[in-house]
Amino acid sequence: MQRKAIFNNKLLPYLLLAPQLVITFVFFFWPAGEALWYSFIRQDAFGISKQFVWFENFTDLFADPLYHQVILNTVIFSAAVTALAMSFALGFAVLADRHIRGKDGYRTLLIWPYAVAPAIAAILYIFLFHPDIGLIGRALKAAGIAWNYTLNGKQAMFVVVLAAAWKQVSYNFLFFLAGLQSIPRSVLEAAAIDGASPLHRFRTVIFPLLSPTTFFLLVINITYAFFDTFGIIDALTKGGPGNATQTLIYRAYIDGRVNLDLGSSSAQSVVLMIAVMALTLVQFRFIDRKVHY
Amino acid sequence: MAEARNSIAAPMGMAGSNPRADMLTHIILVLGVLLFALPIWIVLMGSTHDAGTIGRGDVPLLPGAEAAANYSAVWSQGNMRRAGVPVSTMMFNSAIMALLITFGKIAISIISAYAVAFFAFPGRMLFFWAIFITLMLPVEVRIFPTFQVVSDLGLVNTYAGLIVPLIASATATLLFRQFFLTIPDELVEAAKMDGAGPIRFFKDVVLPLSATNTAALFVILFVYGWNQYLWPLLVTTSTHVETIMVGIVKMLGSQGDTEWHLVMATTVLALLPPVAIVILMQRWFVKGLVETEK
Repeated sequence: MQRKAIFNNKLLPYLLLAPQLVITFVFFFWPAGEALWYSFIRQDAFGISKQFVWFENFTDLFADPLYHQVILNTVIFSAAVTALAMSFALGFAVLADRHIRGKDGYRTLLIWPYAVAPAIAAILYIFLFHPDIGLIGRALKAAGIAWNYTLNGKQAMFVVVLAAAWKQVSYNFLFFLAGLQSIPRSVLEAAAIDGASPLHRFRTVIFPLLSPTTFFLLVINITYAFFDTFGIIDALTKGGPGNATQTLIYRAYIDGRVNLDLGSSSAQSVVLMIAVMALTLVQFRFIDRKVHY
Repeated sequence: MAEARNSIAAPMGMAGSNPRADMLTHIILVLGVLLFALPIWIVLMGSTHDAGTIGRGDVPLLPGAEAAANYSAVWSQGNMRRAGVPVSTMMFNSAIMALLITFGKIAISIISAYAVAFFAFPGRMLFFWAIFITLMLPVEVRIFPTFQVVSDLGLVNTYAGLIVPLIASATATLLFRQFFLTIPDELVEAAKMDGAGPIRFFKDVVLPLSATNTAALFVILFVYGWNQYLWPLLVTTSTHVETIMVGIVKMLGSQGDTEWHLVMATTVLALLPPVAIVILMQRWFVKGLVETEK
């Protein structure tokens, strides 16, 4: 799309684009290309010889039982975070959209966790769930439950899911609230006149009209769980205990940074790139079709 | 729009007319607010007690007497047992990083969006797509090769290394471009008739019109920059460029001998700037967030 009235300078637009393009090429395309290239290369332990091995890094990766577990972890983690963060947000948004006193105040008090860093969210959850110094962790132990997320993998997953979902509710809340406020009054009135109960109205009228927002948030939340939760996992569990809370992004970091396995880490980067491309494409297909409201 | 609608009557046909339902709404929302605030309350209160109280696991829910001691200790010395960096240094580094990322992203995005929207030139769509496609390459998926490039350029442990690789922004460029397409042609024609060139037009018309969008982006990008964790973790090994996010996770250590009361005080300091900006600039932030992403 191009506007009709434009300026005719020849050189100026290139100068204006230059900073963005230089950074994009040096720090985006070049490294992405290198990741792609190295995913086909195998280096010996001393880094002396390099060999082009076609898809061996990928076949090794997908044959590794540990990587299977990491994929499973990522699926469980992302599904749980998305479901929790979206259902709580939808509930709060429906309530905050009602005509009640102090609704702006509620909005303010529900959106600030957006600003809390993933690493900080993790630390807040340590103070809730730590077996020795956490409010809830100590209560659980006092109730006779063998609670220690630093030793029990399932408990560790539970705490990282809660911390990650807690942080994402406010974002979803804002979008659901905007979605609700854009539903035409006439539609809601018609439903009310028909005498449908509030719950029935929500299920048959409001929720379907919110579907574009819901779908959009679904993609955003999965993307968030995949890529933006590194800080939560690193601060809370370091991927442990064992490998119980390692997700795809955390594994790529471990293999690259700690195990210095360039080939495998690059192959994992390429897998992640494909994942994020798929998610972005899905998201933009949705934008084309968001004619619902 | 929302205001107008809600001022007339109850949107769902039940609120306002039904005091019991209203009461229930208030109760659930208050519980939700408390659910969000509880962890913050715990660190806020904990940060005013001494090491012994927290270490025993008392989890105080009321303020103690050690606030001044704890906050001044972390602010000027950090975590002494780990030969830590003063929190003031780390906050300064985070502020520099967040502000330069924010201004950098806004500056290079607004001019590239201006080029794409107001000029016709060979390669226009190609460049636009080149910027657009970076949406699919978040720093998390290209960390090591990007680190390699930064290292080859000699930028490890520098502010430039922290900041420059993060300041390309497809999101901001798309937002500005979308907005520029809504500026009426008549305005451009009038400016040209008055003899204003593209730079004059940018300065006198486009920049002032973009103020609201810029304010919204400021909030979103500041939060993004301040909260960065993985990239600073990789690209800084020296304490003089350590950011607060990297520093506070280091403070946790192995969780065996952690000085929890100092971690709590640092947590409060670390979350204050972005939370304050989101709350104070809420109006722009809410509008901008919902519009940026759609």
